Formats: sequence, C-alpha cells, structure tokens
Amino acid sequence: MKWTKSLFTALAAVVLGLIGGALLMLVTGSNPIEGYAYLFRGGLMNMERFGNTLGSATTLILTGLSVAFAFKTGLFNIGASGQMLAGGLMATALALTLKLPKELMLPIIIVGAMLAGALWAAIPGLLKAIFNVHEVVATIMMNWIAYWMVYYTVPAYFKGPMLETESARIPDYASLRVSWLTKLFQGSYINLGIFIAIIAVIIIAIILDKTTLGYELKAVGFNRYAAEYAGINVPKNVALAMGISGGLAGLAGAAFYVGYAYNMQIGVLPAAGFDGIAVALLGANSPWGVAAAAFFFGILHSGKGYMSAMTHIPPDIGDTIIAIIIYFAATSILFENLYEKIMKKIKANKETSTEAAA
Amino acid sequence: MNTLISIFPYAIGFTIPLLTAALGGLYSERSGVVNIALEGLMVIGSFVSAVIIHDLYPYLGPTSLWIGLLGAMIAGIAFSMLHAVASINLKANQVISGTAINMIAGALTVFLARTITGSGNIHIQMGFIPTDIPLLSKIPIIGPMFFTKTYATTWVMLAVLIISYFLLYKTPFGLRLRACGEHPQTADAAGVNVYTMRYIAVGISGALAGLAGAIILVTYSSEFNGNVAGLGFLALAALIFGQWKPLGILGSTFFFGFAATIANVSQVVPEFKNIPGFILKAFPYVVTLAALMIFSKSSQAPRAAGEPYDQGKR
Repeated sequence: MKWTKSLFTALAAVVLGLIGGALLMLVTGSNPIEGYAYLFRGGLMNMERFGNTLGSATTLILTGLSVAFAFKTGLFNIGASGQMLAGGLMATALALTLKLPKELMLPIIIVGAMLAGALWAAIPGLLKAIFNVHEVVATIMMNWIAYWMVYYTVPAYFKGPMLETESARIPDYASLRVSWLTKLFQGSYINLGIFIAIIAVIIIAIILDKTTLGYELKAVGFNRYAAEYAGINVPKNVALAMGISGGLAGLAGAAFYVGYAYNMQIGVLPAAGFDGIAVALLGANSPWGVAAAAFFFGILHSGKGYMSAMTHIPPDIGDTIIAIIIYFAATSILFENLYEKIMKKIKANKETSTEAAA
Repeated sequence: MNTLISIFPYAIGFTIPLLTAALGGLYSERSGVVNIALEGLMVIGSFVSAVIIHDLYPYLGPTSLWIGLLGAMIAGIAFSMLHAVASINLKANQVISGTAINMIAGALTVFLARTITGSGNIHIQMGFIPTDIPLLSKIPIIGPMFFTKTYATTWVMLAVLIISYFLLYKTPFGLRLRACGEHPQTADAAGVNVYTMRYIAVGISGALAGLAGAIILVTYSSEFNGNVAGLGFLALAALIFGQWKPLGILGSTFFFGFAATIANVSQVVPEFKNIPGFILKAFPYVVTLAALMIFSKSSQAPRAAGEPYDQGKR
C-alpha cells in the first residue's frame, strides 16, 4: 500500500477514535475540549510528563514491533502479552537472583528476557509450522499459561516482604532506570528501554528491507504457496518469524517489569500486549510507523491520569479511545475506498483543468 | 470420593457460563465468522445485567434477575453487531475486529461503571439461590452430584443446548447456517442469503455470550469488576476442543469446568493438595494445545470460518 494511503487511513482511525471519546465525555456530562486539553497537556506539558510518555511508548514500540513483524509473515501474534510476561518473569528472576555489577547485570537481563519471550512464541510458531495449528488460538492459550505461571511462580520464589501479590522490589543495580536519565526528565518513568526500543526499530527495519531473511519472511506473508514454489522453506520461516516476534515482546517485558515498573504484579495480563496490535495496525506494520503510533498512544497513556485528576472523567477513557481506534483501523477498507474516491476526483479535476488550459 | 461428589455442584456452576459462551461461538463460527470477541461480549453482558439488577432489585426482587439476563442478551446482540458489520460488510480481519471489541468492552464498561458508582465495581444485592430438586436430589450418588445446589439458569441452559442441537442439525435454518460456514458460494447459489445468515448467527452468539456474562454475575460472582477472568477465551478453547459440535462442547466445557473447580478448591481439599496450583490452572490450556496438535491436520473447523464472503469470488 502507498504510504500516503496508510497515513490517510491511520489518521482517519485516530480522528474517529477521538470523536468517539468526545461523544463519551459528552454523554457522561463532561466537556470534551477541556478533557482533551488536559489529556494532551498531561502527556506533554513538561520534561517529566514527556519522559513518562516516552516510558509508556517504550513498551508499546516493542510490542507493536512484535505484532507488526509477525504480520509481515502473515501471522497474527495475539500473544504478545504472554510473551511479555515470560520475558518479564525471566528479567525479574535474574534481577532478584544474580548479584553482579550493573554493567554486566543489564545485558544478561535483556538477553534473558528476549530469549524467554522468543521461546514462548516459538512454541506456537513450531506448532504452526509442524502441525498447522492456528497461531491465534495457540498464542491465546500461551497467554493464559504464562498468566498462571507468573501467578504461582512470583509468590513462591520472588515474593516481596509486604504483599503476596507482587515480587520484591527490583534492586537499583538491576533496574533499567538510570540516574542521569531520570534526572534529565525530572524523575519520570523513562529508562534505558527507550534506547533498546529505538535500536530494535532500526534493526527490524534493516532485517525487513535489506536482508534475504526479511525478503523470505515477506514472501511467505504475501503468498505462502508461491513462496514454497520459489524454494523458500515456509515452516522454518514461520517458526523463525514467531521467535523473533516473541523476542521483541520479551524485550518489552524487560522494559516494562524491570524498567517502567519497580516490581512484577501477579494476576494481570499486560494490556500493552493487546495495545501492540493497535500500534502495529495504526503504524501500517512499518517499523517507523510503529514508533510514531506508539508515541501517540504513549501520550494517551501518560496523559489520562492527569486528565482524570483535573476533571471528573475516568482515566479509562484513554483505553476506550485506543480500542475505538483499533476497530476503525480494522475496518480501514471504508477509508481506503474514500481515499481512492478523493484521489480520483483530484485526478479528474487536474485533467479537466489541463484540458481547459490547452 | 465424597469430596469429588461434593464439588460436582460447583463444577456445574462453573461449566454453565462456559457452555453458554461456547455455544454462542458455535453459532458464529458455524456460519463462517470467527468470534474472538466472546470475552468482551461476556463483559458487556455482565455489566448491563449488573446495572439493571442493581437498580431494579429494590422494587422487583428476584424478578429483576431475569430482566437482567434479558438485558444482557439484548446488549450482547447490539454489541455483536459491531463485529458483524466489520467482518461481514467491511470485510475486516475478523480476529482484529474481535480483539478491538474485547478492548472496547473492557475499557468502556469500566469507564461507565466508574461514572456511575465511582469505583468501577458494581455489586448486586442478591443472585440466584442454589436449590435442591425435590425427589431427584434424594437419589444416591447421582442426586448429590447433579440435583443439589442447582441454579435455575443451569436448567435453562441445558434446554438451550438441546434446542441448539435441533436447530443446527434438524432444521433447514441450521443446514443453511452451516452451509454458509462450509461453502458460502454454494449456499448462495442455492438461494441462501449468506450475509443475512451470518448476521443472524453473530447476533445469536452475541446474545448467548452476553447471557454467559450475566450468568456468572447472578450465580457465583455477584459483582461486576470489568472482566470475566478469561472465560471467553476458555470458551473459545472449549469450542475447538469440542470440535465445533454441541455435544462435544458440553463435554469439553464440563471437563474445563471440573478442572478449574479442582484448581479453586485444591487448597482446602486434602486429596488435591499435592498437585501444584499452576498445573491445575494451566491444564485446560495445555490440553487444548495438545488437542490442536492432534486435530489440526484433520480439523473439523468450518472451512470458511474467518473468511469474508465475497460474491464475486469462486
């Protein structure tokens, strides 16, 4: 698809999502203009809040990349949440067990989380490649297995001193938060994860556009039978694509549980995994589009608390807007047709004007 | 043995909402529309029934429970139409549309609940009271297993299951509906309006999923809190494990319901104390993955499920 068309459909979905949110605010007796003013100020108005926006965007860039990468190979990875949990649990376990200097600690945690996420996604990937098990159902099952794994592992082995429902606090020497970054952004949630996310965007862009691997993966995504006929090993590519996708979600788990948060809570499937689907759709599955969409959702995430404090609008409006945006992104054919019509009209106008000039 | 018998009523109580939602999924998928939105539609049903019952109970008493169930079904139908429009007319990716509805349902209901109550949770004053069936509950073994501490909704749903079986397999309507899920072009050529059939099927699935959410509320939960703990996804697993057949679904949902109940009571029942909680809780999902491995090559899944119907395509 042409990028102008992608941009048009993405913006249309965003506008409709914001309109939907405005209607909800109106129905519940709030002023939408005031609401949105506080929402965006809450996400952007000073360095601290901007840092929080980047902190939220970090997780979303990585889960969005995860979903987008699988999409490129024609796979729907709805299990980014579970892969995030697997990566997060590995990161938490390493952070609370090992006692090493921070320079050694962080690479071990990051690689460990990435491998755990990759393993968690490789299982549905292999099931798809070998047994033709539909990856949507398999990844949903893996989500819940991860959910219960965290639910029982954290209290048993990594419990904090106070609560049964969360892990012990991640020590400073194992946290992705670093003092210079926290100081620069006046004590916000931002952490080294943002650099991991940016590097991931660049690497994935290179893999997809400049390597044989990326070419094969995309070929499988476009038409797996044609790819097979051309001599591409389809099962291998399917398993590999899921593995890489899961690795990205695992990184999101590390960025979230030992960077953005101080500890791991049990009994939650992280919403960022599902928001990743929205990010990938809105970003038209391109790495840079994903980064832009994640930044936008990051504003909604970090601004909603401020909006809710300044007005009477519940913070859940942020998630509602994101959900409405996904719905309209899914039904993008509406806007694609509209775009075609507008383009045709512009073209027709041009032709008539050149004819008139001649 | 006695403990096993005594947890039967709880297992049945847990099975029924699962069965209801999975039946909803059955209608939709048999017509060719994958409905991953079951979870969200259950949340909608749970929310709407909670609001209705919370407001009407002081005036109407137990009658309000039935009104709540009805309201949940209507809300489920209304919301499922979002999925129908997206996946039937707009030819959207049905999994993405379903995911969007799950997210809308979760966020919107909590948003509204917070606006109404300030906390995001809604309590109902009273749910259905489990009752023993006279005479039948006196039968040894079977009585305590199936006829004690039963909810009215359990019997309603068993009736719906039987009706569904007849509707899908013994009536022209059922044949047409299944044809739309297997080979829509052929169904169309035979004079069936594929779009209408799919709308009806998605509507029924919305009604049943909404009802499932409401049943959770009026039987064992009595509080709306913005989610149904993944039961919608478990229902989806049960649908696959039951190989898209009504009786298969009855078996698989009961199997899952029983496993979940054992996991819930394992801490207090000495027989189950040695089984780690994780194994019991993860059991249904692992079993489903294993079943998928075995069945996927020769799957009984409706052939056209997940594919938008395009009249021009042959």
